[in-house]
Amino acid sequence: MTLLLIPGLPLLAALLSGAAMLRPKRPRARASERVLAGMTIVSSVLVLLLASKMAWRVAAGATFTALSGWVSVDALGALIILLIALVGTTSAIYSWGYMARSYTEPGRLRLYYANYNLFIFSMLAIPMVNEPTLVWIFVELTTVSSALLVSFENTEAALEAAWKYVALSLMGAGIALLGFLLLFSTLQAAGGESYTWQGLQHVAARMPPALLTTSFVLILVGLGTKVGFVPLHTWLPDAHSQAPSPVCALLSGIETTSVLYVILRLLPIVDSASTPGMRRWVIGFGLLSAGTAAFLLLQVRDYKRLFAFSTVEHMGIILVAAGLAGEAAHFAAVYQILAHTVTKSFCFFAAGAALLTVKTRDISSVRGLIGASPIAAIALLLGALAIAGAPPLPLFMSEFAILRAGLASGRYLTVALLALFIVIAFFGILLHVNRMVFGSPKPGNHEPATQPATAPAAIMPLPHTCIAVLIAGGALMIALGLVLPSPLRELLRLAAAGLRR
Amino acid sequence: MSATTVTSTLASLNSLVGGLFLLTAFAMVATRQTRGCLQLFIAQSLLLAASAFLLGAEYHTPHLYGVGIVDLISKPILVPWILNRTLTREVYAKREIDQVLNIPTSLLIALAFAVFAYFLTRPLLDAVAPQFRGANVPIGFAALLLGAYTLAVRREAVPMLLGILAMENGAFFVGILLARDLPFIIELAVASDGLIMVFVVGILVRKIQHRLGSTRIGELATLREGSASPPSPLPHDGSIAPERQNPKAV
Repeated sequence: MTLLLIPGLPLLAALLSGAAMLRPKRPRARASERVLAGMTIVSSVLVLLLASKMAWRVAAGATFTALSGWVSVDALGALIILLIALVGTTSAIYSWGYMARSYTEPGRLRLYYANYNLFIFSMLAIPMVNEPTLVWIFVELTTVSSALLVSFENTEAALEAAWKYVALSLMGAGIALLGFLLLFSTLQAAGGESYTWQGLQHVAARMPPALLTTSFVLILVGLGTKVGFVPLHTWLPDAHSQAPSPVCALLSGIETTSVLYVILRLLPIVDSASTPGMRRWVIGFGLLSAGTAAFLLLQVRDYKRLFAFSTVEHMGIILVAAGLAGEAAHFAAVYQILAHTVTKSFCFFAAGAALLTVKTRDISSVRGLIGASPIAAIALLLGALAIAGAPPLPLFMSEFAILRAGLASGRYLTVALLALFIVIAFFGILLHVNRMVFGSPKPGNHEPATQPATAPAAIMPLPHTCIAVLIAGGALMIALGLVLPSPLRELLRLAAAGLRR
Repeated sequence: MSATTVTSTLASLNSLVGGLFLLTAFAMVATRQTRGCLQLFIAQSLLLAASAFLLGAEYHTPHLYGVGIVDLISKPILVPWILNRTLTREVYAKREIDQVLNIPTSLLIALAFAVFAYFLTRPLLDAVAPQFRGANVPIGFAALLLGAYTLAVRREAVPMLLGILAMENGAFFVGILLARDLPFIIELAVASDGLIMVFVVGILVRKIQHRLGSTRIGELATLREGSASPPSPLPHDGSIAPERQNPKAV
C-alpha cells in the first residue's frame, strides 16, 4: 500500500492541478496558485516520509512488491526513490517563494504545478516498475512532462532549449524502444518467461551474445542521450540552464540519475552473459563524458551552464565507477549518485538565489556577489566547493572512493584520466565562482543595465522559503560529508550489490 | 489452397508490405512539403498495421490484430487530429523545407543507412529461432535510422516530429515480428504515450510559432556553445502576451 501511495500522491496532485487549469480565467487565480503550491509541498513531504520509511525497511533487508509483481522495489530502487522524494520536496518548498517572485502573471503557475507533479510521478515510477518496456514509457513521460517546464520562461532561448531537449530525448527514446523490444526477444531466445529485471537476470547466462550486445548498445545510446552522455549531451546545458531554477535542480539533480538507473540495471545482466568487453565500453563511454565536460566547463559564460556541464561530468564518473569491477567501486558509484543528487540540487538552488539577486546568468556581469547578497554568495561558494569535490564534502568522499577502488583493481590509466578530469573541473568551477563571489566590479566594462549587483537599493531580500531550503540543503550536505549514518550505509551497500551479478 | 501455400502467400505479401514501408521512409527523407511528410507518415503507419495483420495471420497470434487496430486508430487518425487541434493550418502550408543537405545527397546517405541496417541485423537473425526471422527486422532498423536522419537534417518543427514518430514506427516494425509475444497492454500503453508526446510537442511548436512567427527550428540559434548567453533578465509578463490570448495553451 505504501508502495502505491508514493507515486499515487504526486499523480493525485497533478490531476488536481490539471483540474484547476480547466477554468483559465478564474478571478482568484492567485489564491488558487497558492493552494496548488501548498498542496505540492504537502504531497511531496508525505512522499518523502513514506520513501524514507520504505528505504529504512529496505536497508533492514525487506523488499516491497505490489500489483502482482508489476511493481517492486529493491535497495537500488529504494535509493533512487528516496533521492527523487528528497529533491522533489526541497524543490517544491523552494518553488513557493522563487516562482511567485519570478513569474507574476496570475494563473500561469497552475501549468507549472500540474507539470511539476506529473514529472515527479513519472520519475518515481521508473525505479518501481519492473517491466522494462513500461520503464521506457515512464522515461518518455518524464521528457514529455518536463518539456513545458523547461520552456516555462517562454523566451526564445527557453523555447529553443525545450525543443532541443524534446527532439534529442525523443530520438533517443526511439532508439531505446528498439533496444527494449530486442531485449524481449533476447529473453525469449534464452528461454526466459517473465520480462522483468529479475527474469532477465535469471536467464542472462543463456542469452545469445549478439542479441544482448545489440540491445544493450541501443539502450545505452538511446537512454544515454537523456542522461547526457557525450556526444549526445548537446541539449543538456541548454535545457538545464534555461529552465526555472527549481526545475533545474530536478532535471540536473535527479532526472539524469533516474534514467541512468535503467542503464545500471542492465549491467549485471550484461555481465552474466558471455559478452566480454562490454564493461570496457561502458568505462570508455563514461570517461569520454567526464573528460569532454571537464574541458567544456572552462569556457562557459553562464553560471547555470557551468553546473549543467558538471552534471555531464558526474554522470560520466558514475558510469565509470559502475563499469569498474568489485564491491568497493560499486559502493562508490551509488555513493556518488547520492552525493551528486544532494549537491547538485543545492547548487541550482544557490544559482537561483544568485539569479534572483543579480537578474543575469552571465558570469562576467556578476562581480562582488558577497556584497550584494551574502546568503546567495555563501551558498554559491559552498555549492561550487561541494560540486567540485572539496574535502570533507560528500562528493570528495565518493570520488576518492572511486579512485581508490580503481587503483585497487589495477585500472591505473582509468584512474589517472579520471583524476585529471576531476582536477580540471575543480579548478574550472572554482575559478568562475570565485570571480563572481569575490571579484571586484569593473565599471565601464559592460552596460550598467547588467550590473545591478552594485546597486544595493534595487535588491529585494531572498524569499524565506529559498533561504530555508539553502540552509537545510547546506546542512544536509555538510552532515553527509562528515558522517554517513549506518542505515544509509547499509542501503548503499545493498544497492551496490544490485550493480553486479 | 493448402495451409503451407496460404502461409507462404502471407509471407510474400508481408515482404511486399515491408518493401513499401522502406519506400515511405525514403520518401520522407526526400519530401519537401510538410503536408506530404504527414501523408507519407500516415501511409507508413497503415503499412505497419498491414504487416501486423499479416504476421498475426501467418503465426496465428491474435493479439497482433489488436496491435494493428491500435496502430490504425492512433497514428493515421489521432495523430493528425491532435496536430490539427494544437497547430494552425499555416504550418501545413505547402512550402519548401530548407534542409541541411540537398536531396540527392540525402538519398545517397539514406541508402547507406539502409545497407548498414541490413548488415547490422544479419547476426541478430542468426541468433533467434527460425519463426522470428524475416524481412521486418532489417527494414525496421533501416526505417529507424532513416527517421533519425530525417530528424537531423530537417529544419522545420512538424517534419522533425514526424521523423520521431517514424523512428517509433521502425522500432515497432521490428517489434511485431521479434517481440510479438509482448503483452498487448504494453503496446496499448506505448501507443497512448506516443499520443501524449504528440500533444505536448504540438503545444511546444505552437509556443515557438507564437514567439518567432514561424516554426523554423533552424532559426533558433541563440544558444551556442562558447558564445556568451545573452544577459537576459527574468522575463516579465509583458513579454509573453501572445500566450495569454490562448487559453488552450495548457
